[in-house]
Amino acid sequence: MEKEVISIIANRKTKSMVEKVASIIFVCCAIVSIVAVISITGYMIISGTPAIFEVGLSDILFSNVWAPTASHPQFGILNIILTSIIGVFMAICIGVPIGVLTAVNLAEIASPKVKKIIKSAIELLAGIPSVVYGLLGILIINPLMYQLELLIFKDSTTHQFTGGSNLISAIIVLAIMILPTLINITETSLNAVPDDYRKSSLALGASQMQTIFRVVLPAAKNGIMSAIVLGVGRAIGEVMAILLVAGNSVNFPLPFNSVRFLTTGIVSEMGYASGTHREVLFTIGLVLFVFILVINLVLTYILKKGDENGK
Amino acid sequence: MENSLFNKKSRISDKILNILIQFSTLISVSLLVVIIGYICIRGIPCFRFDYLINTTSILKNTVGILPNIINTIYIILLTLIIAGPIGIGGAIYLNEYATNKKIVEIISFTTEVLAGIPSIIYGLFGMLFFGNLFNLSYSILTGALTLSIMVLPIISRNTQVALEAVPKSYREAALGIGATKWYMIRTVLLPSAIPGVLTGVILAMGRIVAESAALLFTAGSVSALPINIFSHIFSSGGTLTIQLYLEMAKAHYEVAFVIALVLIIIVLALNFIAKWISQKFDVNKVG
Repeated sequence: MEKEVISIIANRKTKSMVEKVASIIFVCCAIVSIVAVISITGYMIISGTPAIFEVGLSDILFSNVWAPTASHPQFGILNIILTSIIGVFMAICIGVPIGVLTAVNLAEIASPKVKKIIKSAIELLAGIPSVVYGLLGILIINPLMYQLELLIFKDSTTHQFTGGSNLISAIIVLAIMILPTLINITETSLNAVPDDYRKSSLALGASQMQTIFRVVLPAAKNGIMSAIVLGVGRAIGEVMAILLVAGNSVNFPLPFNSVRFLTTGIVSEMGYASGTHREVLFTIGLVLFVFILVINLVLTYILKKGDENGK
Repeated sequence: MENSLFNKKSRISDKILNILIQFSTLISVSLLVVIIGYICIRGIPCFRFDYLINTTSILKNTVGILPNIINTIYIILLTLIIAGPIGIGGAIYLNEYATNKKIVEIISFTTEVLAGIPSIIYGLFGMLFFGNLFNLSYSILTGALTLSIMVLPIISRNTQVALEAVPKSYREAALGIGATKWYMIRTVLLPSAIPGVLTGVILAMGRIVAESAALLFTAGSVSALPINIFSHIFSSGGTLTIQLYLEMAKAHYEVAFVIALVLIIIVLALNFIAKWISQKFDVNKVG
């Protein structure tokens, strides 16, 4: 008769088993992201370093002759690295003023109705696939650039015509693509500025514009910095949008040159590369990965500094 | 009255700044209008229903994107099946179980890093790790596994926000009447966090649909109809974005615009669904 007794601890054993299993499963789920980051880092290093030993670090990083399929192959990626740096820098220079001012409008000026429209537009802009940006880049921006090119280099005999697929086109596409990131994060940081600042400034007789540019924007400095850093991350990792728009031949990054970025360098040759050539492509991946890690560290530093200032 | 406080002096610099602000906003918004407008203008005249139900075949002289649509659906479903439970589980651990602050910090940091890694790096990693090491080569499964890592931060972050929004009293009430922790999570927490979780899943879907660089070297670019529903995941399959890129590279702009149109419609639809869910189930909404 003992087993008939109803007890609240009767099925404690199965229950505690279920509890234990559940918590273990959740721990495993949480660890996946750690494992992923470690293995991605590991794989990028393992696959990227052999070429460095084979070709030599300075011959890869500081030489600008890229001839992977020649009889004496040379794998200098200096032009590719410079293209990525200059391209991203210029895209930031164009994108940041537009993005920050739009965010100012969203956070400070626009009425709720206008704000709603702008916000949904920005959200959609963020969701558009990058290949679609590429398609529009080829069909809208490249022809315009070609006209400009014809105008500028009318009498030049040395200029190689690119049909508009040049660095400027790629920069414009990148600047458009980082706008949503810039706007969203800047807006969040502007919203986080205490309202007292605005009120005090207005009460002292400053106009709305003075308040925004002298008080609110400086107070949101850290947020804007992290928006810029994230924008850099987004721009430096972009591939499909600029693959065809940039023309994709290795050149020194001059405005009207057809250029190749770190990302597009990997994609355009991975399909057929083999041997050392393939390993060098992984080294390009490693260089890109190092850039991204540095960006992440800078971001963490900025956020930490912001926290300390806040306290 | 000349020196009155009420005579506001209007500054020229203020006006200029205001014009600049409005102008920037106009640029940002008009970009979207131009993009969607251009795709509609070029895409709608080319659009024929045939495209959606045919495969591209030189023998039959047909052009169609049905295989790519099917591949895209395969990749979306597989990725969500893999990343969904892991992302949600990880968020539950961080929010409900984790006691060690250091571990929480590390996991949050790695999630942050994952969110910042560009898709091309995921593509390379997926090719080496899932493609070569696990010997899956170019297959839909390789692509889905790669994308799973990529969308993990989106799902887990949204779930975490949703869990945080569940009032503490719910947990205490459930535990107080004798529910065990897992029972409480299963029957009280998750149901009340469902809208947030769904929003995360739909955002992840949007990211998967739009992804191309990570799939080029993992899922490949073959566009063939599935022969067997299950073995199809082990064969290479190009999604809509990959096909768009291939058509673009071959300068077949007519098909490219049809695919772009389909993609834009999918992205718009997902965006509206996500918005609808978060509005409909808004916890903070009064009444």
